[in-house]
Amino acid sequence: MSGWFMFLATVLLLSLAGALWRVWSGPSQADRMMAAQLVGTGGVGVVLLLAAAGDWAMIDVAVVLALLAAFAAVAFVKAQTPQGAGDPEDDADG
Amino acid sequence: MTLAFDLVLCAMIVGAAICAAVAGTIFAAAVFFIVYGIFVSLAWLRLDAFDVALAEAAMGAGLTGILLLRALGRMPASEDRPGPALAPALAGAGLALALGWAFLALPESAGLGPVVRNAAPGAGAENPVTAVLLAFRAWDTLLETIVLLAALLGVWALSRDEAWGLPPGLPQRVRPDGVLAGFGRILPPIGAVVGVYLVWAGTSRPGGAFQGGTVLAAVALLVSMAGLAQAPRVTSGALRLVLVAGPLVFLGMAFIGAVLSLWQPGAAFLALPEAHAKSLILGIELMLTLSIAVTLAALVAGPPEDRA
Amino acid sequence: MGDVFSVILTSAALLFYVAGTVGLIRFPDTHSRLHALTKADNLGLGLLILGLMAQADGWVTLGKLLLTWVLALIAAGAAAQLVARTALGDRR
Repeated sequence: MSGWFMFLATVLLLSLAGALWRVWSGPSQADRMMAAQLVGTGGVGVVLLLAAAGDWAMIDVAVVLALLAAFAAVAFVKAQTPQGAGDPEDDADG
Repeated sequence: MTLAFDLVLCAMIVGAAICAAVAGTIFAAAVFFIVYGIFVSLAWLRLDAFDVALAEAAMGAGLTGILLLRALGRMPASEDRPGPALAPALAGAGLALALGWAFLALPESAGLGPVVRNAAPGAGAENPVTAVLLAFRAWDTLLETIVLLAALLGVWALSRDEAWGLPPGLPQRVRPDGVLAGFGRILPPIGAVVGVYLVWAGTSRPGGAFQGGTVLAAVALLVSMAGLAQAPRVTSGALRLVLVAGPLVFLGMAFIGAVLSLWQPGAAFLALPEAHAKSLILGIELMLTLSIAVTLAALVAGPPEDRA
Repeated sequence: MGDVFSVILTSAALLFYVAGTVGLIRFPDTHSRLHALTKADNLGLGLLILGLMAQADGWVTLGKLLLTWVLALIAAGAAAQLVARTALGDRR
């Protein structure tokens, strides 16, 4: 079973190269940020597969990555508002 | 199959690193650096260093991303086109070569792993990494927590005179019923539980004060970014007490050891008495977690500012 | 039995992950790429976790797997909405 999980982890990791290409080519900042988000979710998947193939103690890393997955995106959208202190959903800042 | 995985992972790490170095805009470089952190965290897992993987995941995904993207938002747009960073790239490549040479020149040895594993039970922590950090190498850890504090003093020193005494960063404005406010309400309770769990687990499994503290710091920053709570003023006595509590308790324990050594053989500065080592380590870890979390959050939040 | 369940679901998960990446590369504009990312990617992680649950070594691991999924869903939902709003501002 662990051979199968390592195979899946390898293919999943390889597919993240596509996300790297999107970070590289953009064109908008939102595109780059989204691609980073995809690497984050893909990373959670790879950690879980590694844990299933080897040692379940690794799963705490997946929990932490999933917990913090949206933090970079939140910091990004905040940084796009005036002085970095607004809300993109607020029409005064949008 | 594991060899194929490791090769792909190495290629992704090197690829992300090179892209971060040569990316056309600083924003792209910052995003590549965040992505690079996720890959490096996977590499630590493959090297069986779960504690380091946890720290890298919490630091890279949580704090570094917030820090870089916030700093970028404050930069004038004209500075978004860096020139080629040839000198740093050459210096980095040189360092990598030197490290590679040093690694290959090392004599074959089993390392310190077996020694630490044999001595760890008496030191009060079953997790060998915690034993090293808080017992065998306590001196380093103590100084590191003080370095963090010194860094915060440096950041606070950047504040303008008129802003001194205000809370760190700018007051945040958020649509009360928006997604950001909702996200900021749902996540912190779960995040706090995960952070405390990592500290508690740290004595026997991967985790510890630094990993838990980093998660808690990221959660505190989310609460602040979602505008749900105002950070305390930098002049607040309670804030300053929490900042120094961890190093102070650590140092206090160290001095108790030094005093005990006057009439007890075996006791020494920074040596925890073996009978109580486990509960003492847990106590020190909890205080350190609190101080590390607040210090890191304050570091990322930046110096106090007014809307001038 | 558990192993067959795992293989089927994790294969489906990989399919969705790859579909998400292909969408991220191929879709023409920012908002459709966002669609590809959040739909396919989190279905991918969800199926993966469902598949791995059959392999969990105990209740604690099972709970952590579920927690990971819930956290990823919350994160993806919030991030997608916020990034979409910011991208709207870019175009204006």
